[in-house]
Amino acid sequence: MQKSLHIDPGKCTGCLQCEAACSLVNEGAVNPSKSRIKVFTFHDEGRFVPYTCTQCDEAWCMQACPVDAIVLNPENGSKDVLNDICVGCKVCTIACPFGTINYNTSTGKVIKCDLCGGDPECVDACPTQAITYVDANATGLDKMRAWAAKTDNAAGA
Amino acid sequence: MHYVIIGAGPAGVNAAEHLRQYDPLGQITMLVAEDVPPYSRMALPYYLADNIPSEGTYLRKQTGHFEELNIELLQGRASAVDTSAKRITLLGGKTLDYDKLLIATGATATRPPISGIDLDHVHNCWTLKDADKIIASTKPGSHVVLMGAGFIGCIILEALAEREVDLTVIEMQDRMVARMTNQVMGNLIKDWCISKGIQVKTSTGVTSIEQGKDSPLMVHTNQGESLPTDVVVCATGVRSNTVFLDGSGIEIDMGIVVDDYLQTSVPDVYAAGDVAQGRDLSTGEYHVQAIQPTAVEHGRLAAHNMVYGHGSPHPGNVNMNILDTAGLISTSFGLWMGVEGGEEAEMSDIENFKYLNLQFHEDVLVGASSLGMTQHVGVLRGLIQTGCHLGEWKDKLMEAPNRLSEAYLACAQSQHKAMGPG
Ligand SMILES: Cc1cc2nc3c(=O)[nH]c(=O)nc-3n(C[C@H](O)[C@H](O)[C@H](O)COP(=O)(O)OP(=O)(O)OC[C@H]3O[C@@H](n4cnc5c(N)ncnc54)[C@H](O)[C@@H]3O)c2cc1C
Ligand code: SF4
Repeated sequence: MQKSLHIDPGKCTGCLQCEAACSLVNEGAVNPSKSRIKVFTFHDEGRFVPYTCTQCDEAWCMQACPVDAIVLNPENGSKDVLNDICVGCKVCTIACPFGTINYNTSTGKVIKCDLCGGDPECVDACPTQAITYVDANATGLDKMRAWAAKTDNAAGA
Repeated sequence: MHYVIIGAGPAGVNAAEHLRQYDPLGQITMLVAEDVPPYSRMALPYYLADNIPSEGTYLRKQTGHFEELNIELLQGRASAVDTSAKRITLLGGKTLDYDKLLIATGATATRPPISGIDLDHVHNCWTLKDADKIIASTKPGSHVVLMGAGFIGCIILEALAEREVDLTVIEMQDRMVARMTNQVMGNLIKDWCISKGIQVKTSTGVTSIEQGKDSPLMVHTNQGESLPTDVVVCATGVRSNTVFLDGSGIEIDMGIVVDDYLQTSVPDVYAAGDVAQGRDLSTGEYHVQAIQPTAVEHGRLAAHNMVYGHGSPHPGNVNMNILDTAGLISTSFGLWMGVEGGEEAEMSDIENFKYLNLQFHEDVLVGASSLGMTQHVGVLRGLIQTGCHLGEWKDKLMEAPNRLSEAYLACAQSQHKAMGPG
């Protein structure tokens, strides 16, 4: 069953536990700037919006990669970066219209959400269940995809 | 249905894979001209810098990838296309018949017509063979003159710097990467390079190259300088690979002229990638963009249209680049130079080599360029490509261009409540 992250910004208090957990588990140190999930703060409205890769079907990053360093994980549908193969060209970071794959200057490679291999740490860390891991078709993922499709000029139909 | 693809770069390979996806039973043949598996030119700098072995440049890593997809790779170079007989002639005389043809032959690096340009130790940096020659003829401390500080030149510059050669860059334009930077950014990149020990001579042209007495080569410039050097690397320009199409009836301008379905002037013949003069999303005009993302998107789109016919026309590709010049990362998107009657927002921190420039037409982002920015740069593409009306966020961005991601999120949410509950 394909599952995906469901984000409910209404429940987010901006505590940044998700960023801490993500960077700790994936990069070995609590460092929000290396987190694959990012909480944006809308000061004017006092709102917080956690944001990360939706593992979109178009997979702009994967398509654009010149060396096959981003692969589809058949188990959970995530698109995963293979560090050994990535040359750090950064083309994926401009190809992704969501801005959810980013260059890591300290490793010379890119990082993106890989759903932690099927057990996302941000979900466990979130105290308010603003981030949950649910069946893909129950998430409004379709709506996100609709937005993705709007960006998709290449499918041609 | 027999699909034939000429050229096995990113455009050809992506097209082949999508043809297979869209037409599970069709016959697919892809011509491979170089005597190595399909590889990526973009990866050459990393090979040159010794970060990867030559196999690291291959476009697909899984052995048996093409066999598994039942895509036949045929070694050979097309020398002529007879579009009325739907037949390709290969160098050596073999022929190949097609029902639908995709031309994805890319471009070839050229050299300016100056005396001495064909001497030994003058190299392009366009193919794996070229890279091998540069690797064989340089070691740390070697003197290298790089001609051309355009986009490709600057990428090679990074790789040469990593090879620890003693590097001099010569550029005719008044700044580096003139095609993707304004004066401020171009100058910052130049200052950065100089601070890294790279000699940069802008507004300078090479007038001739000759065999040197104490060094293999002597390079003369129009500023009256004579530079002894071991190697010259030439990155001054490219030409679309279309010579073999002479007499085919396929219309050619700067590249192969294509319509909004990537079909050429001849039915059932399509073109994709660096060889195709496709539509630019921002200008609506037809240009050879010569970038990786456009090549792969062309490949996919051409495959789609070859299998399913012509549905909706292609609105064009966003021209975009990301460049790492000795550690300084720059990007440019769409109409980064702005539009008439438009507005621009600028944020610069010259000391720290940080810069961001946004270009608007009314409340729509139409172009951008950045320096020293690595997080969420993709949203620039997203905003430009979707033509999203920023409304009040336009004013916020005019004041604080770095609130880009928020603007993007606000925009995406208001359009679809995409990330909202349910
Ligand atoms: C050093 C370097 C760095 C680059 N860096 C970047 C970058 O950072 N970002 C970016 O966006 N782009 C970059 N590019 C450009 C990018 O590599 C090209 O846009 C991309 O390769 C285009 O893909 P393509 O498939 O259209 O053409 P190509 O990759 O050129 O492939 C065309 C293929 O067709 C073959 N061919 C040619 N003629 C024939 C014939 N008659 N018969 C059969 N086969 C033929 C060629 O041998 C080649 O294999 C770089 C290029 C170079 C050289
Ligand atoms: S940065 Fe790495 S993953 Fe991204 S396109 Fe380049 S090689 Fe592929």
